[in-house]
Amino acid sequence: MSNQNKRKIILEKRLQTPKWIGLLVTVVSVFAALIFSSVFLQMTGQNPFEVYRVMFKSAFGSSYGFSETLVKAIPLMMASFGIAMAFKMVIWNIGAEGQLLLGALAASVIALSFPNLPSIPLIVLMMIAAMIAGGLWALIPGLAKSYWNVNEVITSLMLNYVAINIIDYFVYGPLKNPYGSNFPETETFVRNAWLPTFASTRVHLGIIFALLTAIILYFVLNKTRWGYEVKVIGESRNVARYSGMDIKKNIILVMMVSGALAGLGGMTEVSGVVHKLDPHLSIGLGYSAIIVAWLSKLNPFVIVVVSILFGGLINGGFSIQMHGIPAATATMLQGAILFFVLGGDIFARYKIRIIK
Amino acid sequence: MSEIAVKMVGIRKTFPGVIANDQVNLEIFKGEIHALLGENGAGKSTLMNILTGLYKPDKGEIFLDDVHVDFKSPKDAIQAGVGMVHQNFRLVKPFSVIENVMLGQKGSSILNIEETEARIKGISHRFGLEVHPKAKIWQLSIGEQQRVEIIKMLYKGADILILDEPTAVLTPQEVNDLFKILRNMANEGKAIVFITHKMHEVMDFADRITVLRAGLSVKSMMKIDTDTSELANLMVGREIARGRKNTNKTIGEVALKLENVSALNDKGLLALDKFTLEVHSGEILAIAGVAGNGQRILSEAITGLRELTNGKIILYGEDLSNQSIREIIDKGVAFVPEDRYGMGLAANLSVIDNVLLKDYRNKKYGINFLNSNTTRAKAIELVEKFDVKIPTVDSPVKMMSGGNLQKLLLARETDIDPKLIVAVYPIRGLDIGATDFVHEILIKEKNEGAAVLLISEDLDEIYKMADRIAVIYEGRLMGVLPVEEAKLEVVGLMMSGTDVREGDSNV
Ligand SMILES: Nc1ncnc2c1ncn2[C@@H]1O[C@H](COP(=O)(O)OP(=O)(O)O)[C@@H](O)[C@H]1O
Ligand SMILES: [Mg+2]
Repeated sequence: MSNQNKRKIILEKRLQTPKWIGLLVTVVSVFAALIFSSVFLQMTGQNPFEVYRVMFKSAFGSSYGFSETLVKAIPLMMASFGIAMAFKMVIWNIGAEGQLLLGALAASVIALSFPNLPSIPLIVLMMIAAMIAGGLWALIPGLAKSYWNVNEVITSLMLNYVAINIIDYFVYGPLKNPYGSNFPETETFVRNAWLPTFASTRVHLGIIFALLTAIILYFVLNKTRWGYEVKVIGESRNVARYSGMDIKKNIILVMMVSGALAGLGGMTEVSGVVHKLDPHLSIGLGYSAIIVAWLSKLNPFVIVVVSILFGGLINGGFSIQMHGIPAATATMLQGAILFFVLGGDIFARYKIRIIK
Repeated sequence: MSEIAVKMVGIRKTFPGVIANDQVNLEIFKGEIHALLGENGAGKSTLMNILTGLYKPDKGEIFLDDVHVDFKSPKDAIQAGVGMVHQNFRLVKPFSVIENVMLGQKGSSILNIEETEARIKGISHRFGLEVHPKAKIWQLSIGEQQRVEIIKMLYKGADILILDEPTAVLTPQEVNDLFKILRNMANEGKAIVFITHKMHEVMDFADRITVLRAGLSVKSMMKIDTDTSELANLMVGREIARGRKNTNKTIGEVALKLENVSALNDKGLLALDKFTLEVHSGEILAIAGVAGNGQRILSEAITGLRELTNGKIILYGEDLSNQSIREIIDKGVAFVPEDRYGMGLAANLSVIDNVLLKDYRNKKYGINFLNSNTTRAKAIELVEKFDVKIPTVDSPVKMMSGGNLQKLLLARETDIDPKLIVAVYPIRGLDIGATDFVHEILIKEKNEGAAVLLISEDLDEIYKMADRIAVIYEGRLMGVLPVEEAKLEVVGLMMSGTDVREGDSNV
């Protein structure tokens, strides 16, 4: 036999992935993404180390920078929680962007309609409206999936574009600032509709909502009867059906909760940061949140940490613009990180062996 | 006698952990329709995949027209005139019939559509394979798609045509049409092999029959020299150890009543046909039959996983028909499904999560929260009681062996004190120790008053366990016999679709 001594590389499926391997693979993948992106930066004539240094420094190097990073992280967290909830059940809600926007719109309508309400009832009302709007927006793909098995990836994604157009309609039309110049945006909310901020920073109460949501979500997913159903349905629809679980109902429910959380993220953004509705509110937060949720392996506490890192990336992206480097560098890094982590996953799931 | 087309000698093929074929001999003759008969898993597909070069045998030789051949791929095989129509068609849906036939054709890179169309029409007329050459595959019925597959093989020059379970997807009318076509081909001197586990097709359409059982070729014979009862015995094996395991008579009142129950399989074909049956409390009623005759559909209909198209299912006077799965579980119906991993247990979830599947709604675990101490205690209790071997109750069940999996499944299903247990092939793949354990549990439940519906393909198991034996064939009930009166020959005949209910005396 001629090929008896030939070496072969084979992939062997791991029965269980040890935790440290998963972590190692993630860290190595992030580094690989940095290296990969540095090639591009080099090609465009930038010094990658300098770019990374500036980004890191402006995102985490000062208390002001870090506070801005936290501001960016808040809506990411909220949208990621929603996405994680849906992904847990293997429902691919790609529509956080639109759900977030609709939440922002609903909150804005309340803020502009009831300027005379005292602060607490007004803010609570805005939160409720935002969650209902985001939830209903997600209900559309949820119902289609549940009753006609329509692929939710397509429907939820397409609804993002519809949502953007709806926002545009309102800020150019009925909600347009009557006193302002020609900018497509609403007038600034009354102070009562603003979420309080901490000290002199722009970090607002939304961060407390997000942290509370992380804790609640963790308990719901891991300790409640409903969380158990979500886990089983996500693991195997067949087993869930066999056990008498109502899969249709749960798809609808999970989509609504998922959309409501993203919607709340929209509310904290308008109420806590922008204080008005403008069409550039989100710039792809809902998509970044998908990456965050995935990198976090859908664990709410990890989402908090990864959101802060990604908040830093966005924040750092703004800063390097001032150095003449396109902000898209940050987006490229996000993409590269996801790409490498997904690719690296194969090392977490398979053992590599060389056989003779 | 006709001329030999193919001879396979001493074929052996193993897959990790299974011997799919061993010492298999097969002779295929020109001008004949040859049936390859055997239960699911007997090794029929494997053998034909070897003949067509898809698998390489570990041992054994193949001769074509007395010339030794060694096919490296299906391409080699078709070049030598051996073509196979697989169970899953390999057609490109958006393409037309002509395009599909031309796909993968070697030779001139300029494809001559008119010429191909003409040749397809020629083949169609010659054998009665009606199909429109310009139709797109997705527009065709399953029966027509199958004809396209056959045309594809003939176009490539097949003289030996193999069809893997060609009738599984067809309606009875289509089956008749198919065999008319195959007969035309045989009359022109082609050698035809069809794989099946259905006895009547063999008796209706084959010239020669080879029976495979557990990877071995048991016997080859002409159809006119055999009958269904011999074939049934060859298929399921003779040696039945008659030692009873279920020794107490505990039979009580009627628990489960099926009245004219009908249901469709996943392909939308009638798979359970006006099935009427009673199972008593304290009784094990075994459903005997060759696998694939509606057993799975029956189990799913009773447990609510499959919609009924007709009839009623009643448990202790309560109508279960088309109730939700949840309601049926709550009425005390336990289900040990055929599919341990895909349905009965979730492979990646822990032992605790799997133990909870049926009981998680129970308020004893908490009102809205599931108390992790209580659920853990429950899992440990069942694991100890049933002696399930696992590292910890937090490990995913995919780490467990088949026997332990089944123990865990039974532990969970019997923990709710079921009134009815539906167990489908509960010992499939288990070793003797685990088999005995499973049987003990079922007998214990029966002794305590549960009604047990045991679906089995293993006559040995049936004779050891059953109080009564019901036979299912193509979704219909062939009859019910008390185990004491159930002669093996009669059960075998019924399994092969022979109606013996009136004419018992001449057997
Ligand atoms: N590719 C494969 N890998 C592993 N095991 C296989 C494979 N194909 C078949 N087997 C096993 O070989 C045995 C015979 O299978 P098969 O030839 O498909 O039987 P049949 O067609 O008679 O139902 C079965 O136990 C089956 O699980
Ligand atoms: Mg087969």
